[in-house]
Amino acid sequence: MYSYTDFDAAFLAERNAQFRAQVERRIAGHLTEDEFKPLRLMNGLYLQLHAYMLRVAIPYGTLKSAQMEKLADIAERWDKGYGHFTTRQNIQYNWPELRDVPDMLDALAEVNLHAIQTSGNTIRNVTADHFAGAAADEIADPRPVAELIRQWSTDHPEFQFLPRKFKVAVTGSPHDRAVIKAHDIGLRIVERDGEQGFEVVVGGGLGRTPMIGKVLYDFVRSEDLLPTLEAIVSVYNLLGRRDNKYKARIKITVHENGIEDIRARVDARYKLIRDQFTGVDQQMLSRIEADFAAPTFKSADTAAFDRAYRYDPAFQSWADTNLTAHRNPEYAIVSISLKAHGKTPGDASARQMRLMAQLARRYGHDELRISHEQNVILPHVHRGDLPSVYNALRAEGLGTANIGLISDIIACPGMDYCALATARSIPVAQEIATRFDELKLEHDVGPLKIKISGCINACGHHHVGHIGILGLDRAGVENYQITLGGDGTEDAAIGERAGPGFSADEIVPAIERIVMAYLDLREDREETFLQTYRRLGLAPFKSALYPEAKADAA
Amino acid sequence: MPKAFKPSVITANALLEGDVVYLGPDGWVRDLADAEVITDEADADIRLLEAGAQADTVVGVYLAEVDNSSGTPEPTHFREAFRAKGPSNYAHGKQETA
Repeated sequence: MYSYTDFDAAFLAERNAQFRAQVERRIAGHLTEDEFKPLRLMNGLYLQLHAYMLRVAIPYGTLKSAQMEKLADIAERWDKGYGHFTTRQNIQYNWPELRDVPDMLDALAEVNLHAIQTSGNTIRNVTADHFAGAAADEIADPRPVAELIRQWSTDHPEFQFLPRKFKVAVTGSPHDRAVIKAHDIGLRIVERDGEQGFEVVVGGGLGRTPMIGKVLYDFVRSEDLLPTLEAIVSVYNLLGRRDNKYKARIKITVHENGIEDIRARVDARYKLIRDQFTGVDQQMLSRIEADFAAPTFKSADTAAFDRAYRYDPAFQSWADTNLTAHRNPEYAIVSISLKAHGKTPGDASARQMRLMAQLARRYGHDELRISHEQNVILPHVHRGDLPSVYNALRAEGLGTANIGLISDIIACPGMDYCALATARSIPVAQEIATRFDELKLEHDVGPLKIKISGCINACGHHHVGHIGILGLDRAGVENYQITLGGDGTEDAAIGERAGPGFSADEIVPAIERIVMAYLDLREDREETFLQTYRRLGLAPFKSALYPEAKADAA
Repeated sequence: MPKAFKPSVITANALLEGDVVYLGPDGWVRDLADAEVITDEADADIRLLEAGAQADTVVGVYLAEVDNSSGTPEPTHFREAFRAKGPSNYAHGKQETA
């Protein structure tokens, strides 16, 4: 975990004081809204449908217990007792009042958290694999380089007014859990001839024009990474379109110019700026890497786990779905579901946040992670402690055994909160989860990712959902389009649109028809939904979705 | 052919709290039922200008159509219905004080 220096703390204090003065001037009438809006957005403060919304960065999704407890304190003191974790590993508060926000930012700074660059056309919160530093399949922990990128990009003078927002994700594993191919820049730690470096992917993104990123370089040495990133963002800053915000993201720049042209430009820029990187960044990286040293793992009896797994079916079910292999076989990675059936995906109450912090402190080496799938992770839990952790979670409504299953739905805030949304997404997620809980089919269906967005901006990642749902406004009525076959992993794919959309009343039965068709079509229980879809294509699912069309054709 | 003007209210967000407000006969009100329903386009233009000038009180002033057939303004679009009521998932926003 990165330790803030005196410089970092002073920077945050100065920045918060600056914003406090800006808020005071706005309230006193000395700043117009047009003057104030860019200033508040630079500090993560939006004005949404019902209230302001403060978006707080959780760098690469990593938190210590004290930080999670502070998020809970803020939720209780200045909000309505909960927070919403997002697909970019941020937390959003939906109900702050303007005059309280400077105090909220000061409270965040007490635990080295902030809201800088969580909005605006700049490099946003750098995200990473939520199992970083713990996963059995990991080549190297991606968080030190994510922290280096955060430090490089924060208040970078050249990159505060890019053509559009810019998102970077990093993974240190061959299995991509950070959706790197749907980011403006995706980085994957790779090995070549015994040396670690980075595969650099550019031009991915979802939204109005979804695209899978292209490999710009298959191997960049560690000492060349920052100058390479600087060259890429510089080229985008010059070349990216500013005439049309819908064509401004780097995915369009790459698409319109071609990856070879972009590579040539980046190469040229790199040659010009390379000498400016004198190696200080690598010294910084070494210091950061020391901060991310693995905890001291204990060796202890795991009999408690074996007993619970054998005699407690509920624990067994939870262990089967919510645990992931740790690099230390005596340990496990715990995914805590924030998707209890019928609840709002990604929301945690202050009480739940405090419990998760306490469990991390007692059983998890003081570490928590926020996943892009809107769940919370305890990355290092000894297997012997898992029954105690599970019982504590279950008592607070956090023991749902559904990670990776049909009710583990990503859902953006949608029109219940978001000023940009064109339809709601939360109620759809709630109804699907409730329906499949009633049917008791969830575990039979197995791995299936449903992702819902309330508008074309795709904050809910619907394009890379095995089943994606996009909420739209069709003549003043909420309407939901379905895409199938999307994938956010290393085999990334954009889902295929199934056909005409469904009304709010029709969408859950439509999803049920798709899932029932899968159960009929799969070769055996081992064949997942995505595998069945890839084997058979859209046609049989389309027939299930639109039975009336089939009848008309007959 | 220009679109016929439909009964509307003036709405915005309060500067300090951020919550949804409507222009009433005597100033900004929190409840759509207390909003002034404007039926004349010229009146709407003038009231919009007046409301927009109150930048120290409200943010993002605009006209929203309503159905006033019952004598109480009701939203005609689902977005305005959510703004008037609050979110679906919690009894927060306007629902807390309703």
